Order: sequence, then structure tokens, then C-alpha cells
Amino acid sequence: MEVSENGKGSSLRFAFGNVLSFFILLLIGVLAFSIRLFSVIKYESVIHEFDPYFNYRVTQFLTKKGIYEFWNWFDDRTWYPLGRVIGGTVYPGLTLTAGSIWWLLNSLNIPLTVETVCVFTAPIFSANAAWATYLLTKEVKGTGAGLAAAALLSMVPSYISRSVAGSYDNEAVAIFALIFTFYLYVKTLNTGSLFYATLNALSYFYMVCSWGGYTFIINLIPMHVLLCIVTGRYSARLYIAYAPLIVLGTLLASLVPVVGFNAVMTSEHFASFLVFIIIHVVAFVYYIKGLLSPKMFKVAVALVLSVGMVVCCAMVAVLVALVASSPTMGWSGRSLSLLDPTYASKYIPIIASVSEHQPPTWPSYFMDINVLAFLVPAGIIACFLPLSDASSFVVLYIVTSVYFSGVMVRLMLVLAPAACILSGIALSEAFDVLTRSVKFQLPGVSGNSQSGAGDTTSTIAVTQSEVVKTEKQPPTDKTEDTVKERTSRKNKKKEKEKEKEHVEKASLKSQMQKRLLVLPLEASIISILLLVLLGAFYVVHCVWAAAEAYSAPSIVLTSYSHDGLHVFDDFREAYAWLSHNTEVDDKVASWWDYGYQTTAMANRTVIVDNNTWNNTHIATVGTAMSSPEKAAWEIFNSLDVKYVLVVFGGLVGYPSDDINKFLWMVRIGGGVFPHIKEPDYLRDGQYRIDSQATSTMLNCLMYKLSYYRFVETDGKGFDKVRGTEIGKKYFKLNYFEEVFTTHHWMVRIYKLKPPKNRIKGKAKKSKSSSKGSMTTSLKRSARRKRNPWH
Amino acid sequence: MAKLWIFVTLVSLLPFLGSSFSSENPTDRRILVLLDDFAIKSSHSIFFKSLQTRGFELDFKLADDPKLSLQRYGQYLYDGLILFSPTIERFGGSVDLAAVLDFVDSGHDLIVAADASASDLIRDIATECGVEFDEDPAAMVIDHTSYAVSKTEGDHTLIASDGFIQSDVILGSKIIEVPVLFQGVGHTLNPTNNLVLKVLAASPSAYSVNPKSKLSTPPSLTGSAISLVSVVQARNNARILISGSLALFSNQLFRSGVEKAGSSTKFEKSGNEQFVTELSKWVFHERGHLKAVNVRHNKVGETGEPAIYRINDDLEYSVEIYEWSGTSWVPYIADDVQVQFYMMSPYVLKTLSTDQKGRYFTSFKVPDVYGVFQFKVEYQRLGYTSLSLSKQIPVRPFKHNEYERFITTAFPYYGSSFSMMAGFFIFTITYLYNK
Repeated sequence: MEVSENGKGSSLRFAFGNVLSFFILLLIGVLAFSIRLFSVIKYESVIHEFDPYFNYRVTQFLTKKGIYEFWNWFDDRTWYPLGRVIGGTVYPGLTLTAGSIWWLLNSLNIPLTVETVCVFTAPIFSANAAWATYLLTKEVKGTGAGLAAAALLSMVPSYISRSVAGSYDNEAVAIFALIFTFYLYVKTLNTGSLFYATLNALSYFYMVCSWGGYTFIINLIPMHVLLCIVTGRYSARLYIAYAPLIVLGTLLASLVPVVGFNAVMTSEHFASFLVFIIIHVVAFVYYIKGLLSPKMFKVAVALVLSVGMVVCCAMVAVLVALVASSPTMGWSGRSLSLLDPTYASKYIPIIASVSEHQPPTWPSYFMDINVLAFLVPAGIIACFLPLSDASSFVVLYIVTSVYFSGVMVRLMLVLAPAACILSGIALSEAFDVLTRSVKFQLPGVSGNSQSGAGDTTSTIAVTQSEVVKTEKQPPTDKTEDTVKERTSRKNKKKEKEKEKEHVEKASLKSQMQKRLLVLPLEASIISILLLVLLGAFYVVHCVWAAAEAYSAPSIVLTSYSHDGLHVFDDFREAYAWLSHNTEVDDKVASWWDYGYQTTAMANRTVIVDNNTWNNTHIATVGTAMSSPEKAAWEIFNSLDVKYVLVVFGGLVGYPSDDINKFLWMVRIGGGVFPHIKEPDYLRDGQYRIDSQATSTMLNCLMYKLSYYRFVETDGKGFDKVRGTEIGKKYFKLNYFEEVFTTHHWMVRIYKLKPPKNRIKGKAKKSKSSSKGSMTTSLKRSARRKRNPWH
Repeated sequence: MAKLWIFVTLVSLLPFLGSSFSSENPTDRRILVLLDDFAIKSSHSIFFKSLQTRGFELDFKLADDPKLSLQRYGQYLYDGLILFSPTIERFGGSVDLAAVLDFVDSGHDLIVAADASASDLIRDIATECGVEFDEDPAAMVIDHTSYAVSKTEGDHTLIASDGFIQSDVILGSKIIEVPVLFQGVGHTLNPTNNLVLKVLAASPSAYSVNPKSKLSTPPSLTGSAISLVSVVQARNNARILISGSLALFSNQLFRSGVEKAGSSTKFEKSGNEQFVTELSKWVFHERGHLKAVNVRHNKVGETGEPAIYRINDDLEYSVEIYEWSGTSWVPYIADDVQVQFYMMSPYVLKTLSTDQKGRYFTSFKVPDVYGVFQFKVEYQRLGYTSLSLSKQIPVRPFKHNEYERFITTAFPYYGSSFSMMAGFFIFTITYLYNK
């Protein structure tokens, strides 16, 4: 009786569950989108920060000129006079995505501006990323875990920080592409379908288009494949999941102009090729094993192994030779700094100078992934019960991403999805166990387990996931190759057994087993409540982070004080001034941070920008900023610079101004031009701008341009950022003239004076003597007047 | 028809109506002459007359005239200024040191004549232009070997100098054969100053002291370091003439005969008139003023000016250079005009060939480097106004479809990939259907 009722009820429940999970996913999408709109509501619909402005400018170009012009775009307005081949040096994924969305909307007669589309691209793709997380986690641990992971990811602060509305950067779409590629990989691994393998390669291609972080995929997947092989989990599915990805993926990746031959020539990709060889050797071994008798096989193994070793050695030798022949050992600076965290700060100041390339602090983990940090270990344990190919992949993913996030703050972004997936698994497993124990201990209640639990959605999802899995698993099992599965097949059997227990609840024996595993009722209920509370804290933290911490667009700043809200719109003020008051072809020099914004907002040519491809050029600007006025004028004049822009926070206390970045300018400049020496700017190893500062510091251009006329503001020249009075208060500029200073003095623009029309002779030897002789000469002239022409 | 005629007349008169210093008509018209004393007007009348006959309007004023002003409503009333007032301590009206310098910096010309015991004001003007008079106010240039022989044995302050600058542009094509008489204060130039030129140099035996006092210490200025007359061409091409002697321009020295000490030839008339007249022609832009117009560049075989070039394009560049003859623009002919194709350093440097009608042209191949280049003409010749043209032009790399499609050396690779494809196809068929 119970069986039939259960059967009917369950099929109805599956349908209900599917609809429910569909709506849950929809809501998760809405949540992911809307939690990122704080920046638009609190500020306005603008592009944020620095890189997004470049992406926005490129997108504008794309929508105006079309894809071929974009591909061949040589930009003569940046990196003057070198220019930059944008089409060949940019990851086009984001731009093409936003461009396509804009084109689609416009062809549907929805007239949105390019800017609007760009602003909202990131929230849209975070919804996509949440759905992709659902798919990936579902492949690993079932629907319940999937929904939990998707919900977590939709509001994880780390990802929000890169994908609020207006944060139009590569990462916004790349995280979606990353998760989706992993999903397709795991899907292929689970199904062994060549269709998914091909999709996987295409998804990988999209990732390559979008972000340089694609090297993470092309290293993580080979690592996983190697892990599977080593642990004896090799199967045809593994081969299908891997080999097509490498072949197609590499071919496709080399089509992206910015990657090109790098896809086969840099060390980042060598691991994948090595594993590609290994998997073929392994596949060959299995093939031979199927052909030969066990005795013959032993002989063959010895033979193949020895040959294989020789081949491997040869390959390794070739690789080593190739790597050794290139100057940086085939590794680009950013990748080297991943492997050796101290590499960048030792050798490449330009990489070390970027704050997001620094190692993170412990609080930033709590800030960025919050409670997930505690749930992850539980998730890892859950992944081992039982360990499947998919769950081992997730474990590998979290382990590597934790390492990388420890190297660079920026890579916290890669950790976030992994943490969400594992936390989702942990939560779902925990609810599973707890609700089950509640269910078994409540007599007379069989189906409505959620009555005891507070969290309805998760429990439904959890119970349902188990059932869905049992429904779906048998047909997929049939398609699999039965011969070449050993360990994973065993797992499947175990799972199947467990699932059968679920379905056939009539079996008393299993029920007895379950009863043995249950926890005490009170403990379960309290645990559920605590977990819900934990989740609530997470939600509260995420909403706070989205609303307060990560939604500031950084071109408009606000501050609260006793007399209300202050808005600092100095950046746009300065850029607007430039675009209205200078000639179209004028060149503006500033530190590279402001290059993208100047080209995008002021539409003026810049010398260096945030695409730091030419260290020498940046060092030239750094040298000019650290030189005395005359030398700086000569450097700037040789670059045809008309205006110099500096950012100064001393009046309002804006800490990320040029004076605080100045030591990096000195370091980068000194790295190329050795006459700039860092110790000259430091007094006893301390960086200071007060009266104790060195004269080199007080006479360098950056100091002068920042503090010119600063003493006129308060009479003392008190710098609010450094918290001290400045060292040199009254000075004149001989080679530059101030042309514009914004309302809060945050941006100051100077013009290079033209060379003097005349060259003066030597000044009078002594002014006083000439003054002294004034009276005599006056007398003399009076005398002469009478007889001017003797 | 009549209307058109009037229109044409008006248009042709336009350059004369707008008679201030301009690129179209660089010669000055209205000149203010500031004098210490109106007596100078008559004592230097030959010089003034020569200017007036060349078409200049001279406005004589006393230097301390209280109504003196150089500009009204922001417009300059004069195109040139002659300061024949060596003793003036303070100009009248609104004119002062800064006003005179502003006048020069806005592109107007200046003649300054100092004298022994010149005032501080005149010295300051000279110093601002890069000319330093002897600091001793009573000092004069004395030369015991190249003085002008006169009836009374004087103190050898009247010098007969022939240390002219070797420049046809500044001193005219006719060689000045007669020495120039000079009596006044000497000055020195800073050797690093490339804007100022020594037009009349003292002989190596000259020195500058107060002739009335006894020579106790060695004189500070000696030899050919002393300049008697100098010219300055400012960066905006304003021209300045600074003379240590007002008498140089006087009728008395214009007319007097000259016999240089130690030389047997006696000239009836000194070289002053020719020297001063030619020099004033240069100062007032009647000579040596160049302009460059019609800078063009295009791809070989095309006429339009492109917005961007591609690497390895062949291009043609041309510019027209004219010289102002005092009344009209005539083609400038030289064989040393060069163009640079410049990006931080010149990638191409070519001498332009000329068609003798003012047009200079050349053609070259764009280097195999992309970036933002400039066509630069930096033409600086002694006496001529400096030409400094630059025109920005970006050079882009090949587009994706501009590369060679099939490369001969790559045929083995094409062959290998196609044979691979064929082999794989055959293998698949045999493997699948041959059982």
C-alpha cells in the first residue's frame, strides 16, 4: 500500500519539484541581477573604475564600426606615439558579448544606449553564472546541492565586487564562462557524450575570448585528468572529456588574436599537452589489455612502459629545451608571480604596484566569502562520500583556487565559485542528514519532512534531488561503456543501492539501517535552526557588502559628515574640462591609472594607460614625475605632451592619490633609468613629504604639481591624507602653469609652458648696487638731458 | 560687373588695410620712434628718411611723453619700435620695461640704440633680449689699432670696424666695403644663446673701459668678444637690433669719410648708411622672412590626403616655401630643406628636391614600424625666420586580410595538413567498414 501511494505521490512530487526548482532558479537569477543594482540606485548608471572605461570605449567602437574594423583597430590615441593595436591585444569576449546584446536589442527596436548595455552586462552574466553553478553542482551532487550553490553564488561578495552594475570588466563574463566550461567538462565526464565534449571546447573558446584566466582551466582540467589516471579512474568518458577539449580548444584558442601562437608556445599550456600524451599512452595500454590475454599483457606492459618512458623522457627533454631557450623560461610575469608569490615584487614593480596583485589578508577572506570559508571543509568531506570523478574535480578545483587566491587578491574571484559549490554541497548534505533524522523520529509523518524544518526550499530541493537522481541515473548508465569502468562503476552501484533504499522504503532492513544513522531529534532541530541562522548571516553580510562596500563607482566619491552627504565628482569635472578646453590632438600625460579614463571620457591622447604593455614608456612617465621641473619638462616636451594631470587627495583626504602612488613611479622609473634612485626620495627609509623630506622629494615634479598653491587653502598646507604639514609651501613653477584645478582639488591639470620667446642675458650681478647707483645715474641723466648730444 | 570690380579692388587692398605684422604681410608699417630729444630727429634724419621712403610711417615722440602708449583696447598701435633714447630712465605714459618686452613677445620688432652711459632701463631691455652691456656706465669701446683716423688725435673711441657677420640675408647681397664708424658702449653675448647674433664685432685689439679714467685693472671686456651691434631673432620671429652706439645712425657719421688706422685707403663716405639701411631692412622683415604653405602628403598614385598610412606604403610629401621680398612673396630656393618622418626619433630623413618655384617635394616608403608619426620640417638658417612644421599622421600595421594569402615556403605544411586529412578519412572508412 505504501509503495503504490509513494509511487504516485512521488511522480507528482517530481513534477512539482521540477516546477519549483525552475522557479527557484528564476528567483536566484533575479536575486543575482538585482543585488548588483545598488550602484545604479545609490549613484547612477555609469561605468565604474578604470578598465571598464576602456572596455566601454572598445564596445562603442565595435558598435559603430563593426567587427572587422574592431579586429583591425589601430588606436593612435593611447600610448602616444607608439599607438596600440587594440584588435590584437584585447580579449574580445566581453566586448563582443555586449556588442551582440546591443545589436540584438536594437534590431528588436529597443533603443538602449551602448552605455546602458555595458552597465547591465555584468549583472546579467552573474545570473547566468548562478545558473551555470546550479548545473555544475547538480552534476556533482544533485539538484539540492545545485540550488543551494546557485543561491550562494548569486550573492557571494567576492563575485559581486567584480560584477556590480557598471563594473564592465572581463571577469564579469569570464566567471560565467569558467563555471560553464567546468560544467560541460563534468557533464562530459559523467555522460561520455561527444556532443558535450564539443560544447565544452566551444565554451572554452568563449572563456579564452573573455579573460586571460583561461589558463586556469587549461591547467586544472589536465591536473584532474592526471589525478583520475593516477588513482586508476581512467575511462573512455575521461578520454572523451579531455582529448577533444585539447585538440579543438587549442585550435580555437589560437584563433583569438591576443592568444594566437601563445596557445602552443607558452609554458602555461604545456601541462595540457603533456597530459594529452599521457592519456593516449594510458588509452593505448587499456586497448592492448583488452586485446591480449593477461599473460601476454604482462609482457606487453613491460614493453610499452619502457617505450613509453623513453618517449616521455624525450618529450620532457624537448620541453625543457624549449622552455630554457626563452628568456623568461616561457612564463609570463603574471604567471610566474602565481607560482612564486615573491617573484613580482622582486622583479616586476609594474605588476607589484597594482593593489589587486598583492596577496590578500585574512580579513579579506572573511569579507569576500564570509561563512563559506567554514562550510567549505564540510563540503570537501561530503565530496569524498562517495568520491566520484565529478566530486574529485570539485575538490581539486577548490584546492588549487585556494592556493591561487592566496597569491593574488584578484584570484579570490576564482575561489568564490568553488567555495559556493562546496558550501552548497555541504549545506545540502547537512540538511539532508538533519531532515532525515527529524523525519524518522516523527512518528506518522512520512513525506512532509519539511514540517519539522524551517527552511522549506532547501529541504524540498534536497529530498527531491535524491529522487531525481534515481530517476535519471539508470538510462545514463546504460549508455556507458561497461567494459572499461571499474572503480567508478562500483561507486555507481553503491549509489544505486542507496537510492533503491530510498525508493523502496518498504524494506525494513534498510529502514533499520537508517534509523541507526539518525541524530537525536532536538539536536537535529537545533542544528537546522543554526544552519538557517548561518545562512541568514550570510545573506545579511552579502547585502551589506553589495550595498555599501562594493557599489561605489570610484569615479564619483561620496562621504558622510556631520553636515550631510558630500559628493566628489572631481574626476568627471576634470575630464569634461579637458574635452571642452583643449585641442583634439593634445596629449595628456598622467600616471597610467588614469589613461583609460582620459581616453574614454576626455577623448584626449594619452602617453600611458592601464594596459601596461610597455614598461619603458611607463618608466619614462615615472621618471618625468620624479625629476625636477626642468628635466620633466624636457621629457614631456619630447613626447609632445601639452597637459599634465595629477590626482591629489590632500585637501579632502582621498588616499589613493598620486603622492601615495609616487614611490611606485620612482621604482618603475628607476628600473629603466638608473639615475632615479629610490633612497633619494626617502628620509631614513621613510617616505615623507613634510619638512623632514629629502630635497629630491621636495623638488620633484610630482610634489610640485600636487602641492602648488596648496598653502593658500588653509594657510598651513596641512595634508589630510598624510596627516602632516607639507615640507615646502611656497614655490613657483617655471616650466608648467596651472590651468585647471577641480572643486575639491582632486584633479589638477597643468600645461607645459612654451619655450621662452627670448633668452635672457645674465641677470644684473647685484641688484642692490644698481639700486644704489640709481640716484647717481638719475643725476647723471639730468645733467645729460641738458646736453644730450655733445 | 562694377560690383565685382570693387570687390576685387577691396580684396587686393585687404593686405594693406590690415597692415599690422601678419603672416600674410610681414613687413612693418607703423613705427614709433622714441627720442630723448627732438634734436635727434634732425641729427639722424637720413636714417629716418630712408625708412620713410621705403614706406614706413614714423611717429616721433619724446620718450617721456606722458601720453605714450603702445596699445589701445588690446590692439597694438605700432608694428615696430625704435628706441633712440639711451638716457631715458622711465618712459612716459603706460610704457615701461614690461610693455616693451610684451610688444616684442607679441611679434613686433625693436631697434634699441644705447650709448655710453646708457640708462638702466635701456640696459635692462637689452639684458632681457640676451645682450649685456658693459657694466661700467661710463665705459666705451676703445681700439688703438682699428680706430678711425681723424684730424684731432682723440682717445680712439671712434672705431672703424669691418667685422661684419657673413650673411647675405642680414646685410644684403651687396658687400659692404667701407668700414663702419662706431662710437659707444660695447656688449657681450652669452655663447649658449642661439637667438642672438653678433652683426658687427669689435677687432681683437678692442677693449672697453672708461676713457677718462686711468686703466688700473684689466678691462672686463676685451677683444672680439665685444660686440658692437647685435641682432636677436626671438622664437616668435620678432627681430631686435641692439646697437651700442646711437651715433652709428647719425647723419654725421653717415656722411663723414673714413680712414682706418694703418690703412692707406681713405673712403669718402663711411659704410654706416649701407650697413644701417640693410640691417633695418632685415629687422623690419623686408628680407629673410619665410613662410611655408600647402603642406601635403599622399600615397603615390593618389591625390587625397589619407587619415592614416599603412606600414610600407609609398608616399609623397610636398611643401611650398616662399620668402617675403618686402612687397610680395617670391619662391624661396634652396637645396637644403629636409623632411623627417619622426616618431621619437627620425625614421626617415630626406632632403627635399625643389622645382625652383617654391615647391619642395619628395617621396619615400613608410618604415616597417607602426605608431603615430609626424612629418617634421625644421628649417633654421642664419638670418631667416625659422620654419618649424609638424603634421601628425598615424601609421597602422597590416589588416588581417592584407597579409599574403599563400606563402610558397609554407607549401609543405599545407601538403602535410591535407594529406593528414585525407589519410584520416581513408583510415576511418577502412576501420569502420572493413570488417
